[in-house]
Amino acid sequence: MLEIVLISSLNGVLFGMLLFLMASGLTVIFSMMGVLNFAHASFYMLGAFFGFEISRHVGFWPGLVVAPVLVGMIGMLVERYGLRTVHKHGHVAELLFTFGLTFIIQELVQMIWGKLAVDYRVPPILDFPAFTIFSTEYPAYKIFELLTAIAIFLALLLVIKRTRIGLVVQASLSHPEMVGMLGHNVDRVFMLVFGVGAGLAAVAGVIAGPALVTQSNMAHSLGPILFVVVVVGGLGSLGGAFIASLLIGLLQTFAVASNASLADAFGELTGTGPLAAYLGDIWNVTVAQLSAVMPYLLLVLILIFRPRGLMGTRET
Amino acid sequence: MSDMTHTRPAGPPSGGGGFVATYGVWILAAIVLALLPQVFSSGLLISTMCLMGIMIIFALSYNMLLGQTGLLSFGHAVFFGLGGYLTAHAMNAARAAHAPLPLEVFPLAGGATGLVFGLIFGAVATRRSGTAFAMITLGIGELVSSSALLLHHVFGGEEGISLDRTRALHLFGVTFGPQEQVYYLIAGWGFISAAAMYAITRTPFGRICNAVRDNPDRASFIGYDTTTVRFIAFAMAGLFAGIAGGLVALNFEIVTSSAMGAAQSGTVVLMTFIGGVGNFAGPIIGAILVTYLQVMLSDITGAWQLYFGLLFIGMVMFAPTGIAGLLAMQAPLVRAGQFHRVLPWYVLALAPGLVALAGLSLVIEMCFQLTVNAPEGPQMSLAGIAFNATSPVPWLVAGVLMIAGFWGFRIAGRRALDAYGSALEAIRSPRSAQ
Repeated sequence: MLEIVLISSLNGVLFGMLLFLMASGLTVIFSMMGVLNFAHASFYMLGAFFGFEISRHVGFWPGLVVAPVLVGMIGMLVERYGLRTVHKHGHVAELLFTFGLTFIIQELVQMIWGKLAVDYRVPPILDFPAFTIFSTEYPAYKIFELLTAIAIFLALLLVIKRTRIGLVVQASLSHPEMVGMLGHNVDRVFMLVFGVGAGLAAVAGVIAGPALVTQSNMAHSLGPILFVVVVVGGLGSLGGAFIASLLIGLLQTFAVASNASLADAFGELTGTGPLAAYLGDIWNVTVAQLSAVMPYLLLVLILIFRPRGLMGTRET
Repeated sequence: MSDMTHTRPAGPPSGGGGFVATYGVWILAAIVLALLPQVFSSGLLISTMCLMGIMIIFALSYNMLLGQTGLLSFGHAVFFGLGGYLTAHAMNAARAAHAPLPLEVFPLAGGATGLVFGLIFGAVATRRSGTAFAMITLGIGELVSSSALLLHHVFGGEEGISLDRTRALHLFGVTFGPQEQVYYLIAGWGFISAAAMYAITRTPFGRICNAVRDNPDRASFIGYDTTTVRFIAFAMAGLFAGIAGGLVALNFEIVTSSAMGAAQSGTVVLMTFIGGVGNFAGPIIGAILVTYLQVMLSDITGAWQLYFGLLFIGMVMFAPTGIAGLLAMQAPLVRAGQFHRVLPWYVLALAPGLVALAGLSLVIEMCFQLTVNAPEGPQMSLAGIAFNATSPVPWLVAGVLMIAGFWGFRIAGRRALDAYGSALEAIRSPRSAQ
């Protein structure tokens, strides 16, 4: 039991930190530009595939640096030549633009790397068990992922709280017009933030790629969870996104480890007939099976009881 | 398609006029719908038209949200899929109980399901609008489609729920065995649904929906609760999506969880937007075009979804009013008899545009050949010309086509816009109006 709790906590924090790497970019972009970037998870996927391609030719470590930079540049291009063109048509058009982008990125990735999972390996230098708890070996690579995510988180915090750029970004979150009035090039700030956000998502992709499965549906399976994080945390709140990321990370990993169902708790359902069969379905669903649904259940519950999210301040 | 051009003028409110002016379009649409299977009688065309009819209802119901009320939903297929499932269950239950119900009424089961779930999910989702609403509907869509795999008895797991549409009460000897009879069922329900949805846009409620879309603050100042208006619109959109879902269940005689998946929700967004959200006929055009492309393009090229995404992005960036919007832009010119002045410019812009498109599709097809079709080797043919995808010549040709075509399109496109502007100016200026 203790073993499960320890391992699940570690994995949950790890997944949560990965989610936060992506959600941070997403939520900052949303606060500044009012556009929720649908393609954010696609940048994560691009990061993983770029990292894979680079690791095949040069090695894992160059990929860790080059892939996010490349994806960040793609992000800036998308902002400069795509979103800015669409901006005049309103937020719905912006949202639809990024939505269409997910289609194109997914199709391109499928065209280049195929639909099957690619063989993205953990670098040999990290391919050993870090420690053993109760007969379970914990891979060193996961510790590396965790440390990288925490390091980036701290760096992000420092940049936002302690530097002039961070000051401008923070000001643009709440008062974009005023920042423009004060003579800052808000457009360039937007482009930079979009690029950095895409790059952060790509970092998450590069480090998560070898541990999870790198395939062309990874954006589609992660994207909705990302939006849940951002809405649950409160649209536009970095702190909320952090808490929501950890919450959902822990929730999902703990759920996967549990095999309990209503049948375990209250005994098998007796009775025959179609109604009993339908009820039996619900009765026998295990918590592990529910883990995929849990983020969405959380979303609905949050919206009913706290519509602006955990730490959100705005209503829209 | 022929019925597209006939239903188009239904869009802008015609205002006044006699019986023929008010209902002429609908009578014409009914005649066209009735005659279509006689003109296009091949099996493939009839089943394609069945699918188009269903998608028209689905896209129109979606436009009640996006176009009329300004609500961008990414989970609309939930009602489509649930409507399909409940119709299938209703069919099977009626068959088991030997209930004397004709097949014609079963889409109502789907509609009722859509309405009920629209009320349930709408209560949660319509508390917010804008981006948050979009995210919530996305979450609801994921929630429902992932529960579909958990609850085996309701959703039938991977295999889905199948039914037999011929085992219902036969009215007037109609068995619904042949696809043509199913076509008439779909056409009938499609006509009724489209007329009902059009009628809703003309009611005070429809107008208030538009007000909530355009200026929610003002709508609430004059005493309307915007949440309630969104809620009602959401539930009604669910109702019609449910009818479409019921028809799709009867058409394919099987419902699987993919009917309510994210891909289906995405398709309806694409259809509606490509057709045009600002015009009642937009979703109809979009549904017909997108379904046609899905059926035909997927035969021609493996990369059809990429073309689709590019078309969608292109529309969002350069023609956000959709095809119907572009057509509606020409209406004042046609009415004033000035259309001939701009038509040559359009043709002039279209030609380099097609050249650029040919270059682009050459690149896409060669990439596709070298990656996905790699086992077949680099030899390929496009438009009847055989060539080797690894040799630099076709790439060079494609590059030249793309650059030259794009360059020509930009110049000619600007000219066409100027011509349109000056033609419009000529109509509006008081001198020519007299």
